[in-house]
Amino acid sequence: MSEPIENVNDFIKKVLEIAFWVLIFLPMLIFPIILIVENYLPTKISTLMANPDPEMIFALLDSDFFRVAVFPGFTFAAGFAAFIGLWERKILAKMQMRVGPLYAGKFEGILQPIADLLKLMSKEIITPRGVDKPIFWAVPLITVAIAASLLAVIPLSETSVIARTDVGVLIIFAILSFFPIAALMAGWASNSKYPLIGALRALHQMVAYEIPMILAILGVVILSSSMNLLEIVRIQENIWFLFLLPIGAVVFFITALAELERVPFDLPEAESEIVTGWLTEYSGMLFGVILGIAVYVKFYAFAALFTVFFLGGWHGPSVIPAEIWFILKTFLVITLMIIPRGVYPRIRIDIMLRAGWAKLLMLSLLNIFVALLILELGILPVR
Amino acid sequence: MSTMSLSVGPQHPGSGHFRLQLKVKGDIIVDVVPDAGYVHRGEEKMCEYRNLVQNIPHLERPVILDSVGVLYPYVLACEDLLDIEVPERAQYLRVAMAEINRIISHLYWLGIYGIFLGHSTMFMWPMGDREPFIDLAQLASGARVTFAYLVPGGVRNDVPDSFESQALKVIRYFEGRLREYDNIFFSNPLFLGRTKGVGVLTKKDAISLGAVGPTLRGSGIRSDVRKTEPYDVYDELDFDIPVLDEGDSYSRAMVAFLEMKESLKIIKQAVEKMPKGPVKVGMRGQVRLPAGESYARAEAARGAMSYYIVSDAGKFPYRIKISPPSFRNLPTIPFLLKGARLADMPVIYWGINYWPVEADR
Repeated sequence: MSEPIENVNDFIKKVLEIAFWVLIFLPMLIFPIILIVENYLPTKISTLMANPDPEMIFALLDSDFFRVAVFPGFTFAAGFAAFIGLWERKILAKMQMRVGPLYAGKFEGILQPIADLLKLMSKEIITPRGVDKPIFWAVPLITVAIAASLLAVIPLSETSVIARTDVGVLIIFAILSFFPIAALMAGWASNSKYPLIGALRALHQMVAYEIPMILAILGVVILSSSMNLLEIVRIQENIWFLFLLPIGAVVFFITALAELERVPFDLPEAESEIVTGWLTEYSGMLFGVILGIAVYVKFYAFAALFTVFFLGGWHGPSVIPAEIWFILKTFLVITLMIIPRGVYPRIRIDIMLRAGWAKLLMLSLLNIFVALLILELGILPVR
Repeated sequence: MSTMSLSVGPQHPGSGHFRLQLKVKGDIIVDVVPDAGYVHRGEEKMCEYRNLVQNIPHLERPVILDSVGVLYPYVLACEDLLDIEVPERAQYLRVAMAEINRIISHLYWLGIYGIFLGHSTMFMWPMGDREPFIDLAQLASGARVTFAYLVPGGVRNDVPDSFESQALKVIRYFEGRLREYDNIFFSNPLFLGRTKGVGVLTKKDAISLGAVGPTLRGSGIRSDVRKTEPYDVYDELDFDIPVLDEGDSYSRAMVAFLEMKESLKIIKQAVEKMPKGPVKVGMRGQVRLPAGESYARAEAARGAMSYYIVSDAGKFPYRIKISPPSFRNLPTIPFLLKGARLADMPVIYWGINYWPVEADR
């Protein structure tokens, strides 16, 4: 800030920097604060504190703010993500004949996520000399924001949904294409070789696997003739799309593993070659934000999307609530996505790209033909 | 596209005490300069200030995973110079311990190979299965890592009576585990895809680069000191030398895997055939090597290991020259890495089974 502006280049650079920070802070801090302060804090919460009224509480629980911040939204997803981290370590340990986390908490290391969080928070955040500071610091925020924005369209039940939009699938496609940009920003801003290689690998991988993923979802869109995720779930009341479109489900599952950079597709963070890939230069809570929150919230979001598209969302016998059905199914998908980590080694990038562009693309096209055939034969009850 | 230079090591999760200066063009490695010597300890010079027995503990320090294999040629060379006959029980005990240690070393190698390929289960399983063998070695020698079990003239102490039954139990357990390794790792389609046809070392190149051990046998050359120049009782035992012709990373990994099976066979025969009797030639006072020179070779876990001892009948040896297998295999690393993909670097590097501490000695 204190450097004097001497020429036009510096001036433009300064303007861009300011614009950058404004663009980062406006949607992430200022808009939410305005939303909270204007709509909720002065009116509802203060009246509630003065005069506790059950109806007011229910109204608050039913508000958009509660949905975004707490239940189907971020807090729930982050808590679930922390639990996924523990569950992953426990299930891997069982596969490898170990015990896994054991000492934090009375029962089977149940408090391990909290211990991990405290450890990461107590570590120093090192910003290496030579990094592009604004971008370097913005990447954790951006990755969390992108991952969390997927949550907006995921319906946990008829009522527990944040955004009731008719273009939910399009929104998912749009959000998906932001992930490689965030990885590339991290790799470039780190000003180091291993992050750069890791980011380029992430870019190749995500672009190559995005297209089969989109085509696999297209089969679902054809069958349900809607891009509204609520509508997609509603139409699966009698039969799940997993049974109608098994090829699409397999393609979506594999591409989800690749988009999540999970084993066997964890090349962007292959530690024996490129240290930790595009996360190498991050330390302390910056690393914790990316790995602990962004990556696992994304993991939850993809498993939830699999549930929405192929496992019939919240449908199930009504002995237990719809939200619980949804969470149980998502949990099953997450477990299935963890198991390859104990079974497979890492794949090589050329094998992976060939599989992505040739085999998975063909399979997803085949999936579209299957969907069209089902539509033509009229197997699915027409609305 | 311009080249980028990458420094892999010495502070890198996949290098050990060693540095590879790579030049990469895109994903292809175009130039490799191996930079060894970070852990040079001057073992050869240290030998000149210690007598025969004092040399034993520090000589096995460079290769703590394979401490019997690294000591074997040393005691053979000393016995050659002293001109003593080792009791038969001691010979069988040495063979059994050498093979136990070969399995311990190969399991460590396999575990690191697994994690280099991103296969965490293959890291945890071998590391866990080293434990019964380490317990077995502890039963015999009292130590868990550097046994210092071999001494010129025999072995340091006799084993307890329970050694044989314990050894047979461990062998039975590990035979079952090897089948599971085969299922999860060596038959894994992704493992085959990663290693088949990667880092091919032809027969001719293997000879001209002077490779030894599993690297040489993986290239289709039947060379094993235990068979070609049998020492101790190896010629009385029935075992095979696994040789595969492809010369790629897969065959090198497979040779080590099959060698563990053969080692189990050898341990079984050795503990069953072992006669009763003394385990050491008694040597009193400060033993001096007679003037002269001797050379001995033995098959350590990583390949042929040899010692050359020159003595002037003084208190200490005049000169000891060590030729470790890792140093002999070092030239194959840059040869194989040139033209390989960056993702294949850990596979090729660790597939050679290069141990920087052993090479630097």
